[in-house]
Amino acid sequence: MKITGAQALIRSLEMEHVETLFGLPGGCILPAYDPLLDSSIRHILVRHEQGAGHMAEGYAHVTGQPGVVMVTSGPAATNMVTPLMDAYMDSIPMVCITGQVATTAIGTDAFQECVTVGITRSVTKHNELVMTAEDIPLAIRQAFHIATTGRPGPTLVDVPKDLLLASVDWYWPTDQEVADSLPGYRPTTKGHPRMIKEAAKAILAAERPILYVGGGALKARAAEAVRELAELTGTHVVTTLMARGVLPDDHPLCLGMPGMHGNATAVTSMQRCDLLINIGARFDDRITGRLSAFAPEAKVIHIDIDPAEQGKVRRPDIPIVGDARQVTEELVKVIREMLHTGVTQADTTAWKSRVSGWRELFPLSYEPSEPGEALKPQYCLELLRDSAPEGTIVVSGVGQHQMWASQYWKFTEPYTWVNSGGLGTMGFSVPAAIGAKVGRPDRTVWAVDGDGCFQMTAQELVTATVERIPVKVAILNNSYLGMVRQWQEMFYDERYSEVYLSPEVPDFVKWAEAMGCVGIRVDSPEEVQPAIDKANEIDDRPVVVDFRVDAREKVFPMVPAGASNDELLLPAWQESNRGSL
Amino acid sequence: MSTDSFSHHILSVLVQNRPGVLARVAGLFARRGYNIFSLAVAPAEDEGFSRITIVVDVDSSPLEQIVKQLFKLIEVVKISELDPRLSVERELLLATVRTTAEQRGQVVELVNIFEGKILAVGVEALTVSLDGHPDKLDDFEELIAGYGIVELQRTGRVALPKLDREARLRAVNTKPNNGKAG
Repeated sequence: MKITGAQALIRSLEMEHVETLFGLPGGCILPAYDPLLDSSIRHILVRHEQGAGHMAEGYAHVTGQPGVVMVTSGPAATNMVTPLMDAYMDSIPMVCITGQVATTAIGTDAFQECVTVGITRSVTKHNELVMTAEDIPLAIRQAFHIATTGRPGPTLVDVPKDLLLASVDWYWPTDQEVADSLPGYRPTTKGHPRMIKEAAKAILAAERPILYVGGGALKARAAEAVRELAELTGTHVVTTLMARGVLPDDHPLCLGMPGMHGNATAVTSMQRCDLLINIGARFDDRITGRLSAFAPEAKVIHIDIDPAEQGKVRRPDIPIVGDARQVTEELVKVIREMLHTGVTQADTTAWKSRVSGWRELFPLSYEPSEPGEALKPQYCLELLRDSAPEGTIVVSGVGQHQMWASQYWKFTEPYTWVNSGGLGTMGFSVPAAIGAKVGRPDRTVWAVDGDGCFQMTAQELVTATVERIPVKVAILNNSYLGMVRQWQEMFYDERYSEVYLSPEVPDFVKWAEAMGCVGIRVDSPEEVQPAIDKANEIDDRPVVVDFRVDAREKVFPMVPAGASNDELLLPAWQESNRGSL
Repeated sequence: MSTDSFSHHILSVLVQNRPGVLARVAGLFARRGYNIFSLAVAPAEDEGFSRITIVVDVDSSPLEQIVKQLFKLIEVVKISELDPRLSVERELLLATVRTTAEQRGQVVELVNIFEGKILAVGVEALTVSLDGHPDKLDDFEELIAGYGIVELQRTGRVALPKLDREARLRAVNTKPNNGKAG
């Protein structure tokens, strides 16, 4: 039966089990929006294409399903560059479909023409310009296959308008045909048995082991396996910014977040360990501090599905290429067998008591405000956390508020924390929270945002109102680009350059109301709890709470850029205990 | 520049012959800060595939990372690293050399010594071609430079592994393995 290329495109998306499409129509993609009217796919009409991209990311983060975006050519495609790069950095499965000018017009500087595949080549795992209408289904299948297998990532399919209008015979390629069409793509998922054996031996022999678990463990749905490995061997776990929630924060073995703003125990336990078991993390510079001084005594096991991550930053002693869940499960099995056959684990008691000592001496802390003093952002987060319904998903932007949220929230399950880790995209929070709420409508979704971030993408709250997606936004508003301010205060002699926003404009409450949301302003500590309670009760529209917080508050601990993790800056009242680290 | 003055490695990269694949490879080198010394592309023996021969300056970064990053490109099917000592390398040079009538004989003699060809003869110039090992081309280039080079173009090298006895047997018995980790 003959159908149009546009119908073939939409049918292909249905075949890939797409339930939600985030997008905005325009000239070249226009034909694809017609069959969408007859499709079961829900389309969320955004106000800016970047919003569609981050929504798709938020959706993918919490569901594990690829986020799907459809936008037009030219400026729509260029507006997608940031979310594509964001998804690439954080290994988020995402498929983006862009319209393109007709094949006959390509290269003529036609209206709304840009070289989409050229521009997005370095921000996607793979991209493709389709040149015949018959190829549309195969291109879509390839895009989903590549985005969701191996190390996940964003893919893009660029479809010229004349292909959407053309008449084609519907054909859905088989798995085998997809595999055959990609002879160069064969991700390794099963770890090498000899390497796994070696890793098991090393783990049982280690006196000071630490599990360093990253976002890859969540992508591989490896949380359960990680917990088993930790409990079986009694190994403490640090959960990176991308892996918060992989092990519950109240688990006795969970040490929380390491890195530039990690807690002193997580940072120092990595520095002093004799075995670092990396599962799906990539030795990011924000984790390692000065590389030459990072974990100097540690032997390294590195489990990663991407062979290029092995040895990219830190050379592993035992590299294992494979799926984090499969490899970790296998590792647990081998360790069990070894323990059964009489191999004993090295004594880790002394190490564990050292770690416990650090936890006691260096809890995350801040100076609470005295009555009448400015509101502390950490205090707002603590009350927000303690009042949050079970299973609440937290989505942050980028900056101080992001670090505080990651530090002070207590995550109890995986996939409840969404943020922009690798690219550090300000403005991520509002649209990503909307995408998360679309993916998990049963959950409360709190966006924790800064006033700087909020102003970058707030217009998507219009989308949320119109599409009835009741997200909640907590703005930790200090009228500053807070993290930049912190650096200028600490490293530029308090010479504040272009970081002061404005306490008067915008009026966030009026702005929220103009977008159809409930707006609440909070100035003093007594108002915090009532505002949160009110926000939690509203379930029929988005809520924005404008918390006016102390601009002088800084994120601690902190490893200054370029410094060693041993030079971690502690809050003043913990400095006297530095000798114990 | 003579290739002997730096530690070069040759990568023979089998790719799906699709639009944009060369841009992907070149873009990857640029993005990761790797230096390409020379690059040659042409269709490979199997239909639908091309072979890219890349000479990399490995002082710029570890070869292992370059290979792994290249492998991540979806269209890259196979990468062979060719050790210069264990490969045959060839390159083609075309040059137009300025010669007076008196000097023409000398240039022709040089071309003959190097087993090159005279492609065209003009009143004051000769166009010659020479193929061979890149080092041989370097020597030739140096010698003709004294006469005056009007234009010169080299192709960049192509290379294949040298056949030892074992490899000869393998080549007869098996097809190249296209599988790869990625």
